Amino acid sequence: MSENKKVPDTIDELEEESLSDSVKVLSPGRLVLRRFFRSRLSIVGLSILIFLFAFCYIGPLFVEYTDTTTFAIPREIKMVTEEHFTGADGKVYTYYDVSKNLAYDKAPPSKEHWLGTDPNGMDVFTRLMYGGQVSLKISFIVVLLEALLGVIFGGIAGYFGKWVDMLIMRIVDIFYCLPGLPLLLIASQIIRAIPSIHPNERLYWLMGILTFFSWSGTARLVRGQILSLREQEFMIAAEATGLKARTKIIKHLIPNVMPQLIVSMTLGLGQIILYEATLSYLGLGVPFPYAAWGSMISAADPSKGSEILSFYPNLWVAPGILIVAAVLGFNFVGDGLRDAFDPKMKK
Amino acid sequence: MNGINKNKNKYTLTRKEERAIIRENRKMMRHFEKLKKRKNVSESEYLTQMRDPNNLVEFDDLHTYFYTDIGTVKAVDGVSFEIPKGSTVGVVGESGCGKSVTSLSLMQLVQAPQGQVVKGSIRFNAGDKCYDIVKMPTEAMRKIRGKDISMIFQEPMTSLNPVFTIGSQIDEVILLHLEGYTKKQAKEKSIEMLKRVGIARPEAVYDSYPHELSGGMRQRVMIAIALACEPKLIIADEPTTALDVTIQAQILDLLREIKHKTNSSIMLITHDLGVVAEMADYVVVMYAGRIIEKGTVNDIFLDPKHPYTIGLMKSKPVVNKVVDRLYSIPGQVPNPINMPNYCYFRDRCDRRFDKCAGDYPPLYKISDTHYAACYLCDKSKEAQ
Amino acid sequence: MFKYIMKRLLLGLLILFGVSIIIYFLVRNMPADYIDTQTAAQVSQGKLTREQVENMKALYGIGDNSFTGILKNYFTWLGNLLKGDLGISFVYGRPVADVINQYMWISFGISFTALIFEVIIAIPLGIYAATNQYGVADYTVTVLAMMGISLPSFFLSALLLRVFSLKLGWFPLLGLRDATQMLSGFPAFLDMLHHLVLPMTTLVLLSVGGLMRYTRTNMLEVLNSDYIRTARAKGLSEKTVIYKHAFRNTLIPLVTLLGGTIPSLFGGAMITESVYALEGIGYTAYKAVLQADVPFVMGYNMFIAVLTVLGILISDLLYMVVDPRVKLR
Repeated sequence: MSENKKVPDTIDELEEESLSDSVKVLSPGRLVLRRFFRSRLSIVGLSILIFLFAFCYIGPLFVEYTDTTTFAIPREIKMVTEEHFTGADGKVYTYYDVSKNLAYDKAPPSKEHWLGTDPNGMDVFTRLMYGGQVSLKISFIVVLLEALLGVIFGGIAGYFGKWVDMLIMRIVDIFYCLPGLPLLLIASQIIRAIPSIHPNERLYWLMGILTFFSWSGTARLVRGQILSLREQEFMIAAEATGLKARTKIIKHLIPNVMPQLIVSMTLGLGQIILYEATLSYLGLGVPFPYAAWGSMISAADPSKGSEILSFYPNLWVAPGILIVAAVLGFNFVGDGLRDAFDPKMKK
Repeated sequence: MNGINKNKNKYTLTRKEERAIIRENRKMMRHFEKLKKRKNVSESEYLTQMRDPNNLVEFDDLHTYFYTDIGTVKAVDGVSFEIPKGSTVGVVGESGCGKSVTSLSLMQLVQAPQGQVVKGSIRFNAGDKCYDIVKMPTEAMRKIRGKDISMIFQEPMTSLNPVFTIGSQIDEVILLHLEGYTKKQAKEKSIEMLKRVGIARPEAVYDSYPHELSGGMRQRVMIAIALACEPKLIIADEPTTALDVTIQAQILDLLREIKHKTNSSIMLITHDLGVVAEMADYVVVMYAGRIIEKGTVNDIFLDPKHPYTIGLMKSKPVVNKVVDRLYSIPGQVPNPINMPNYCYFRDRCDRRFDKCAGDYPPLYKISDTHYAACYLCDKSKEAQ
Repeated sequence: MFKYIMKRLLLGLLILFGVSIIIYFLVRNMPADYIDTQTAAQVSQGKLTREQVENMKALYGIGDNSFTGILKNYFTWLGNLLKGDLGISFVYGRPVADVINQYMWISFGISFTALIFEVIIAIPLGIYAATNQYGVADYTVTVLAMMGISLPSFFLSALLLRVFSLKLGWFPLLGLRDATQMLSGFPAFLDMLHHLVLPMTTLVLLSVGGLMRYTRTNMLEVLNSDYIRTARAKGLSEKTVIYKHAFRNTLIPLVTLLGGTIPSLFGGAMITESVYALEGIGYTAYKAVLQADVPFVMGYNMFIAVLTVLGILISDLLYMVVDPRVKLR
C-alpha cells in the first residue's frame, strides 16, 4: 500500500497536477481532527470516555435489577470471645470461644455480584453504572447551561461594551469572588430542606446550583475573546460592509469563539464531575437510595469508623477510580482539542 | 461509499502514510540532534580548508530540511555560494524561498528539532583556522555565535527580551565573548556602541526597557548588540522590512557605514531589490530552496539571465517610467514537499521550451562571476 | 500608583457588597436552625415558651425569615461589620473574628508548607518537560499532572489513609495530636507534624500537577519567542538561555498565579481537613455550616471573599513588579 503512495495513479492525474498542488494537504476541519487523533493522550481520553458511557448506559441493560435493589446474602462472620483465668499452676490461660454468626450485608465479591454488596445489601457494580449516569448527566447539562449563560452574558458584554459591559463584568466579578464550595454546601442543604421539592427532582436543582456558581468563568472567557476579535481586521471589514449586529455576532464572532469555548467546556465537564462527587460525598447530592460515585466513597469516610476503609476496599475503590477516569478522560480530550485547535503550540 | 471516497482523496494523507512520515521524522530528528549534542568533540573533526582563502564563508551544496507532519520540506536544497571577505552579499527571493533558512543554518539556529542541516558544508574562515559549521557540535558553535558571526533579525519589536534593560542585553554579549572586561568597562563599551549606532542619549537608553523604544531604535540596539564584538560577518535578515521607509534608509546607511569602518562582511537577506542594488556587491537569487542565479550586482541588474530574475526586475517600479500596470510573475511558489525533478519555475515560466521537461537544470556559467540555472543559458544547446 | 490602588480597593468594596448580599440570603435560608435545635429539649419540657425562643432569635438577629426581615437583618449585620464587629459565633460563644483567628493558623501552616513543596517540585519539572517537549519525561509529567488534577481530594485521602495509616501504620489516622499521651513543647510539635504528613501530601499531590502544567505551557510559549532566538544568536549557553532569559519571562504568569492561592492559603482546605478531622478553619467552617452557625458562616465566607479580592489586587501589583511593560493607570 504505502510503497506507491506518492506515485499518481494514472497519467491523466499527472497532467492535471501543477507544482503547487502536487502535495497532499488537509482541510482545516480535517486538520484539527488529525492533530487531535495524532496525540496519544487524546485517543486514551476518548477511549476512556467511550468505555465509561458504554458502561453507564449500556451496562444496565444486561442487569435485571437496579441500583436500589437489595439482596440479603448471608455470609458467615466469626465471633471470637476470649476468657482468661489463672490456673492452679499460676499461669494465665486464655480460652477462645469461636462461634459463627450470619450477616446479610457487605457480601464479598462473587459471580453474581462482581464487587459484592454494600452495607445496605445493594449490588456495588450495578450502583457504579447508575452513579455514573448521574455524574455524566449532571456534568453535560451543567456545562451546556453554563455555556449558554456564558455566551449570552459574555457576548452581550463584549459586543456592546460601555456601561453594559461594566455592569455585566461587575456581576461576573461578584460571582468570581463568591467562595464556591461553602456556598455550594449551603445551597444544596437549602434544596434538601424545601419540602415541595421531591427527592427525585433534587438532581435538577443541583444542576441549577452548579450552573449558578460556575457560569461566570465562561462569560469572562467569551467576553475576552470577543473583545480581542473586535479589534481584528475582519471585524472592521464586517463593520464596513454594514452587516447587522445579529449577523455579525452569529456569522463572525461566535464561530471564532467556538474553539476556545469547546475546549473550556470539555475541561469544565471534568470539573463539574468533581464538584458533584464532592457534594455526594458530603451527602448533599443525589438522595439515598439512589447511587452516586461520591456517596459510595463516603462509606469509607474515616470519621465514620475505619472498618469499611480498611476491610472493604471493594466498596469504595472502584467508584474513586471511575471518578478519576472520567475527569482524566475529559481533561485529556480537552487538552487534545486545545492543541488541535491551536497549532501554534504544536510547532 | 463516502468513506471510500475520503480515502481515495489524493490531497489527503491516509493514516498509514501519516504514521510512516511521523516515524521516519522521529528517527531522522533524533539522529541529527544527537550529532549536535555531542560533547568534547576534538577540533580536528570539524576543521577544514577554504577553497579560496579570500572567502569568509563558503556554502557548499547545503541541504536544510524540515521534517513536518505532512512530509519533508526541503527548505534549502543544494545551495552553494560564497561570501568574500569585506563584501556584502545580497540574498534575494520571495518569502519562503529558503533565504532565511540558509542564514539560520550558518548560525545553527534552524528551528530544532524539526529543521536540520542534512547534507553539505558551510566553511567558515576564522582567520588562522577554518571550520565546517555543519559538523560542529552546538557547544563549539556557541563560541562563534555573537562573536565572529552575529545576526540582526527581521522583527525588532520582539527580538529583544522585554524584561531586561537594553544595557544589560548589550553587556551580556560583551562579557561573554570579550576577555578582560569588567562590568564597568562593559557598560562603557555598551554606551559607546549605542552612540556608534546613532542613538542620541545612549546613557538614558542604556537603562531603559525595550518597550520604551521605537522600532527603529530597537533595530539600532539590535545592530549595537551584533556589532559589540566586532564580528567578521553580520547576517542581516530583512533588517528593514518591519520599519517604515524613512527609518529603513537610516538603518541601511548605518549598516553601510559600519561595514566601511570595520571591514566586516554582510550577508543581507531581503526581498527588496532596491535595497540589494544599493547595498550589495554580490547577489544570490533563490527560488524554492535553490539558487537560480548568482553574480555581481551588475551581472544581475544589468544582464539578468534567468526568466525568474528577469520577472523580478520587471516587477520593480522604476522612477521616470510610465507603466500601466506593474508586472507580476504569474502563478505561485510551488509547495515545497515532494518537489518533482524538473525546473521548479517551469509552470510559471513564459519562456519554457521542450528541454524544460528534463531534469532540474544545473548552474550554467555565463561569465566568471555570473551563473544561472536555466536551459536558456546552456551554451552547448546553441552548438547543437 | 496610590490612585490606582484606591480605585481598585473601592471597586473591591463594591464587589464585596454584592457578594455579601448573596451570601447573607443563602446563609439565612439554611434549613437547620441553631437556636431551634439547642432549645428543642427545653421547649418540650416546658422550660421555655415559643415566644421566648422567638425573642431569642430576634436578639441574635435571625428572627424574621420574611424577605424584608432578612434585608433588615442584613443591614444590621453590615452596620456591625463596618464597626469591625462580625458578631458572636453561636457554637463557640466568642467573637467570630477570634474563632477565625484561632483556627486559621493551623490551616495556613499546612497550606503554606504544601505550597512551598509544590513550587519546589512543580517549577523545575515543568521547565524540564518544556525543554524536552514530546520526550518520555514530558509525557510522564503531563500524565502525572493530569492525574493530580483529576483526583477527588476525599478519594486520595482515603487511599493514603488506607495504605499508610491502616495498612502500614506509619501515620496516625485522624486529628492533630495524639490523644493517648500528654505532650508539650517540641515533642508535641513533632507529634503534630507526624499527624500532618498525610494531609500535606494530599494537598501537594492535588495541586502540584496543575502548577507543573502551567509552568510547562508558559515555558513553551516563551521558548518559541523571537528574543530566545536572539539570546541563542548571542552565543549564550543553553543554561543561560533557559534559566535567565526564558525563565525570567515565565515568571510573569507564575507570580500572578500566586495571588490566586491566597484564599486557599488562609481559608483552609475544607474537604481535606474534614476527612483528616484536622481542627483547621476549613473543617470548622464545614461543621458550622451543618450546625447553622449563621454569624460564623457569614464571617467565614466574607473572609474568603475579601481574600479573593485582595488576591486579585496583589496579583496585579506583582504583575507590575515582574513585568516592566505593565504600567498602572
